[in-house]
Amino acid sequence: MGVALQTLGLNKRFGGLLATSEVSFTLAEGARHALIGPNGAGKTTLVNLLTGVIPPTSGKVLLHGTDITRLSPDQRVRRGLARTFQINQLFPTLTPLDTLGLAMTERLGRGNDWLRTAGSHPGIAEAIAEVAERFRLTDVLTERTSVLPYGKQRLLEIAVAFASQPQVLLLDEPAAGVPESERHDILAAVAELPRSVSVLLIEHDMDLVFSFAERISVLVNGAMFAEGNAEEIANDPRVQAVYLGDAGHD
Amino acid sequence: MVTLLFDGLAYGMLLFVLACGLSVTLGLMNFINLAHGAFAMAGGYITVVLTSRAGVPFLAALPIAFLASAALGLLFERTLYVHMYDKSHLDQVLFSIGLVFMAVAAIDYVMGSQQQFITLPDYLQGRLDIAGAGIGRYRLFIVVLCGVLAALLQWILVSTRFGSRLRAAVDDQRVARGLGINVGAIFALTFAAGSGLAGLGGALGAEILGLDPNFPLKFMIYFLIVVTVGGTSSITGPFLASLLLGIADVAGKYYIPALEPFIIYTLMIVVLILRPQGLFARAR
Amino acid sequence: MSNVNVPHLLLSRHRWRWPEIAFWLAAFACLLMPSKHLILNEIAILALFALSLDLILGYAGIVSLGHAAFLGAGAYIAGLFAIHVNGDPLLGLLAAAAACGVLGFITSFLVLRGSDLTRLMITLGVALLLGEIANRAAWLTGGADGLQGITMGRLLGLFEFDLYGRTSFTYSLVVLFVLFLLARRLIHSPFGHSLTAIRDNPLRAAAVGIPVKRRLIAIYTFAAIYAGIAGALLTQTTQFVGLDVLSFQRSADVMLVVIIGGAGYLYGGLIGALGFKFLQDWLSALTPQYWHFWIGLILVALVLIGRDRPRRLLHSVQKYVTNRWQSLTGSKAAGSSTGGA
Repeated sequence: MGVALQTLGLNKRFGGLLATSEVSFTLAEGARHALIGPNGAGKTTLVNLLTGVIPPTSGKVLLHGTDITRLSPDQRVRRGLARTFQINQLFPTLTPLDTLGLAMTERLGRGNDWLRTAGSHPGIAEAIAEVAERFRLTDVLTERTSVLPYGKQRLLEIAVAFASQPQVLLLDEPAAGVPESERHDILAAVAELPRSVSVLLIEHDMDLVFSFAERISVLVNGAMFAEGNAEEIANDPRVQAVYLGDAGHD
Repeated sequence: MVTLLFDGLAYGMLLFVLACGLSVTLGLMNFINLAHGAFAMAGGYITVVLTSRAGVPFLAALPIAFLASAALGLLFERTLYVHMYDKSHLDQVLFSIGLVFMAVAAIDYVMGSQQQFITLPDYLQGRLDIAGAGIGRYRLFIVVLCGVLAALLQWILVSTRFGSRLRAAVDDQRVARGLGINVGAIFALTFAAGSGLAGLGGALGAEILGLDPNFPLKFMIYFLIVVTVGGTSSITGPFLASLLLGIADVAGKYYIPALEPFIIYTLMIVVLILRPQGLFARAR
Repeated sequence: MSNVNVPHLLLSRHRWRWPEIAFWLAAFACLLMPSKHLILNEIAILALFALSLDLILGYAGIVSLGHAAFLGAGAYIAGLFAIHVNGDPLLGLLAAAAACGVLGFITSFLVLRGSDLTRLMITLGVALLLGEIANRAAWLTGGADGLQGITMGRLLGLFEFDLYGRTSFTYSLVVLFVLFLLARRLIHSPFGHSLTAIRDNPLRAAAVGIPVKRRLIAIYTFAAIYAGIAGALLTQTTQFVGLDVLSFQRSADVMLVVIIGGAGYLYGGLIGALGFKFLQDWLSALTPQYWHFWIGLILVALVLIGRDRPRRLLHSVQKYVTNRWQSLTGSKAAGSSTGGA
């Protein structure tokens, strides 16, 4: 199996604080990989480094073997690395239809097109319909995003990233804050992601992690602490210690 | 040379008193108040009316100008501004430009569009000869008064209970609220004090900056420069920025009158591009 | 639920609706009111200027307090071009557009970074700087006396600019219409959608692959060209340029125009220009010299009650009329309630 995403000795220093320390990590193609760690372990920083929101102090990020360390977030998306956000980052005044169309057009490299109508590109309507169906958004396609129920917004959050047709998808706590009644749709959508997409799930919720991930990495204090399959991690006394030590803060 | 430097110093000190309120409201409430100059103008006109029509002595008119402008600020804060804190920056800009337009037209209507003059008492007129340099008495008065005010403000901010609450609120409003600090009351008080200081600055500055209904528009850019160049995280930043601006402006007018405005605006643009947080601000 | 017709939804949005057609028919019908041509010409130019500001303010979310920089630059360039190079109006228009495009492109880099406040200060600073240059370079611009001695050639070699503003208004209106069509195209294009996305959420915009900076540079340059053309029209139809084209007042007024009409919606600037001129006319008749007081009051009131209220009212009127019309004629247009203009 090939390597989808890889980091080599990634470091990030904020002033005196080493937020990410020598992280070398591999995401295999088609992986269902989870990244866990107690609060403040540096998960968000790592995601920001992977997606190019902040530059690393040292180290490299490779996407399918190509060095993308110096690329901006939007360049990385156009190369097939998409992400979702822990707190919804949507376009409140656009409809899901526009949002999904936008993500797809940009991925096709047609975002600069300013004389043709959005959506006139052949095949894009079908593609939007398909993504909307997959993420159960068909019935709200033409509503303003700001008025959608939270669960639908959460689905849209993942759908937008998926609409960029990524090879690697980073899911940052996809079910965060979703009420129990709407949770099922999201978990199902995540479970149904096609194998052609390699997924890295950043998550707090252990039920979700163990039901989804085949492989798990544990990040503690900015460094890789342990990695293994679900069973190994679940039974690793050191990991348990880290989490028990953190219990009560969560 | 020394005279020039001193004039610049007085001008800068004046700018500081005028603008420091804006810096605090911007830092505290993240509110872009383009109408700040209107409160300064109010102070100036109150002093004009008091001294020339009611015969109140200049020195007695100053505290009245301060208090009246502060009261005006408090009134506006409680009735209008308080609704604006959650709105977008665009809304805040529009709202405060609207206030400026109203203030300009209202003063024009009531007082006429002509330049207003304040007759200074005799003991503040003329020049003192200190070590061969001519120092205007009034400018000396401004430097001393504004210097004392700046020191007082710094002391309030650093050493009093109100000051520490204010700093907490500037740093993180939510945390401050969590600590049981009444942020709304701090907003109101600070806004009032800032408006009062602006009013006092307007009263003091009428002689040097001139006073006519266009005052808020004419000096808006200067106040904004002080605030953006100085940053909003302390009052030392705006203080240094005011002095720099005052001295540069006076010296520029004297040495290279043809280029003076270009220098100020260009400097501002360059600083904003290189240090969007302000020249003297710590990076957040 | 899968009976939603996505291709239809996508394509129906940029369809012309009856209020739009009615709007332009009415605008061109104004050509039949010769006594009002002078003021109508002013309105058309203001509308174009406002359309330009709306592109960056309403769509891309850049708060500019110095948009007059481009209006003024366009005005002076067109004037100087007519005096020193060529009196042909269209050539002058192109020259102003090109120069303002360059100016917009260069200054766009200044507004890429920073908060609303820094952007506001920088735009304001650029406009003040240009104003000061125009003031000091009196040998070129006429300084405070204004640029005089502009004589324009015939439009297309055929139509002379007359005293009653007939040619002027026709010229301005046609230019406005053409540029409006272009802007309308742009807004409904992927590029236009990406601008709204950037305004709504720059972080996510980058995360769906939108090159935020490049898009902002492009739209800022584009808007500068529009404003420059508005300035050129102003010069060519009045044959005079005063320092006030670069003033803060101009920048603030055009902002108000956009706000009155509604930001982030193509007709906002146009309707706003109409409303603003009427207000100005009416208020300055009421209290000459102090009419800015009322303008200020309107601004404050508008912000306090919520800027989108008037526009929502307009929308519901449109809906009501459409529904009445449909129930009268018994026709049923499918999917007529999707998206905004």
